[in-house]
Amino acid sequence: MRMKRVAAVAAAATLALGMSACGGDGDGGSGSSGAKGIIGKAQSQKKLVIGVKADQPGLGLQTGSQYEGFDVEIGKIVAKGLGVDAGNIEWKTTVSANREPFIQQGTVDLVVATYTINDERKKKVNFAGPYFIAGQDLLVKADSTLAGPEALDGKTVCSVTGSTPAKRIQTEHPKAKLQQFDSYSKCLPLLESGKVDAVTTDDIILAGYAAQSQYAGKFKVVGKPFSTEPYGIGLKKDDKDGCEKVNEILKAAASDGSYKAAWDATLGKSGKAAPELDTTKLTNCGSV
Amino acid sequence: MHVFADPTNLDAYLSGFLWILKLTGASAVLALVLGVLLAAFRVSPVPVLRGFGAAWVNIFRNTPLTLIIFFCYFGLYTTLGLTLSDDLDLNNYWLGVVGLSVYTAAFVCEAVRSGVNTVPAGQAEAARAIGLTFFQTLRIVILPQAGRAVVAPLGSVLIALCKNATIVGTIGLIEASSVMKDLINSNGDAVIAIFAVFAGTFAALLIPTGYFFGWLANRLAVKR
Amino acid sequence: MSTSTVLYDHPGPRARVRNAVLSVVFGVGLAALLWWVYAKFDQAGQWEGSLWQPFTEAPTWTQFILPGLRQTLLAAATGMVLSLAFGILFAVGRLSDHWWVRVPAGAVVEFFRAVPLLLMIFFIFYGVPFLIQGPVPAFWAVVVGLTLYNGSVLAEAFRAGIRSLPGGQSEAAYAVGMRKSQVMRLILVPQAARAMLPVIVSQLVVLLKDTALGYIVAFPELLQRGVNDLSANRGNVVAAAIVVAAIYIVINSLLTTLANWLDRRTRRRGFRIPKQAAAPDSTPAGGATVAEPQG
Repeated sequence: MRMKRVAAVAAAATLALGMSACGGDGDGGSGSSGAKGIIGKAQSQKKLVIGVKADQPGLGLQTGSQYEGFDVEIGKIVAKGLGVDAGNIEWKTTVSANREPFIQQGTVDLVVATYTINDERKKKVNFAGPYFIAGQDLLVKADSTLAGPEALDGKTVCSVTGSTPAKRIQTEHPKAKLQQFDSYSKCLPLLESGKVDAVTTDDIILAGYAAQSQYAGKFKVVGKPFSTEPYGIGLKKDDKDGCEKVNEILKAAASDGSYKAAWDATLGKSGKAAPELDTTKLTNCGSV
Repeated sequence: MHVFADPTNLDAYLSGFLWILKLTGASAVLALVLGVLLAAFRVSPVPVLRGFGAAWVNIFRNTPLTLIIFFCYFGLYTTLGLTLSDDLDLNNYWLGVVGLSVYTAAFVCEAVRSGVNTVPAGQAEAARAIGLTFFQTLRIVILPQAGRAVVAPLGSVLIALCKNATIVGTIGLIEASSVMKDLINSNGDAVIAIFAVFAGTFAALLIPTGYFFGWLANRLAVKR
Repeated sequence: MSTSTVLYDHPGPRARVRNAVLSVVFGVGLAALLWWVYAKFDQAGQWEGSLWQPFTEAPTWTQFILPGLRQTLLAAATGMVLSLAFGILFAVGRLSDHWWVRVPAGAVVEFFRAVPLLLMIFFIFYGVPFLIQGPVPAFWAVVVGLTLYNGSVLAEAFRAGIRSLPGGQSEAAYAVGMRKSQVMRLILVPQAARAMLPVIVSQLVVLLKDTALGYIVAFPELLQRGVNDLSANRGNVVAAAIVVAAIYIVINSLLTTLANWLDRRTRRRGFRIPKQAAAPDSTPAGGATVAEPQG
């Protein structure tokens, strides 16, 4: 029953997309006259506001007036699937704390910003994806012997104030000393100078920092993730159709190679092969 | 108010304000000593000391406190290797105290200096006429009178210092503003109540302090 | 200005020698300290060319520092204009004859002076949207926060200024048949504003520095763009902070110089508010010459 509905919505959306792609000004016909949420906005205004991180190399990094990274590429794929050109996307910097409010208040249409899907957040927003499965890990000096979180007792770990990784260290490894800052970019010089023994957050973020040219060869990711962080694409809680549409777009991206291309253009530069996007794990967009 | 019924949150709230009070207390003492010393430098006969005092005031008064605290961490601690405590929180606390003190001292210095300027020239002339040296003139005649004139401005400086202590949160000390941020992140439905409690606590601490200093300034004012 | 010269005699030969010795000892000590700092930074590799090289490249300036500086100046300028309006409004409100105007105005001013700006900005950005059911842009969160705080400080300064004007001014105005609002608007506020000009400019320095607290809501001002974002790109957080600090110091020094010049000028013209007149106003903003040192 549900599958049928998803298929129907997908078909309607594809139809609308097809029409808008060739028709241009057509209002989408009767099939989508009631389209709200991101599908409606993409159709009627031909633009989208997407929230991304500004300070995470490899994922979402503001380089001057541009944004670049894997999250940004995913945002472009989704926008393209919705019929919006990359040039008509307005990128907006989000920080971890303002992602839910930005979605709820309509400051942004979509959030693609290392946004872990969890039940707490699902109460406030809807998630499409996951488009990537990350896990909390440790970044250490290249010559460090620190093997994993259990070896952190008495060691100093750096993370972002009040973030989920910081809280996990506090509760699960209370003997580790936790230094907190407002951004990870302040942790890295401390790791370099030996003032902290490790930096902790999701492995993919750490890999992004480690791959930056000025830190090349100095750090390594331990490689023993101790949590599962499925990265989703956040959108308004009631925008179920939009969410399902984004999942369709992700499915298509996994099969037509654009997902891999996005990876290779960004995080793939560190030499890590593109992960498989497991399309069977996509969210049900809030259906019970 | 259900947020503060949770003992963990209540503890966080209390410890956040405890850090603020500790930061304010230690920095107030240090900044007062340092500020008076700088003011003495600025009115002293030795040009190098005067220049040093002026440079201090110009540099620290014109830099955002966020940056000064940042330099305390990344300059004093990380680069110069100044470790003030083995405990991570206490080390950050003392680095914060250093940052707040050097910043606030610049304002204390200016307040004291303008206080010195309110003392009529005849007072200093008379002191010198009976043979007092520069330091004696300052200590016995000028500063006690200037001290009364600077009570009100120093009260403002103290109040600002207490509020500024929230900025030490940027180097990872979980003081009141960091606690508030954290509580708001995890209790999105009670934003207003949380803000009301934190802002109200600051108001309850600082408004009476302001009136106290106003009263004290009136009481001590030198009648001329 | 310079009572300092009456604090000590014109130095004689012995005092000159003593001063010279003190100068040399202190100067050498200071130089040694600075050298030690330099050497330690050098040892830590902070002077490495690769960390500083970004500052020789145009994009660093055109894409990070200058746009950040622009936002900082824009927020400070908007905040200043609004603070002035807020300050005048509430100063007059606090001097009102009606208790139902005076008391709320006083409560507002006292409250906003007591709440840390960091908390205010954070609340406006995250809390107010729940009240108005719509987003608050980071720029306005910063500007409104700055306005409420600095406006309250200025309100107190204005109030002290208005109260310090000679009583004859308002008496004369009433005598020629002006109403209370006219006396305020035409006679008292313009004079107080002119006399308070130096305080206003030094409050502008405070305001400019305080824009840096916008980092808490990711407002792209000088500190955010020049230190946080730039170093995320180039990994040179300490070098970037040194450069940005220098920019703040230069701009604020210019403003302070302007404030001092205005102070001298207004004094020469006889607009000076006697300090003793400003002080008895029993609230802490009384010290008209000292701006409140908020972050």
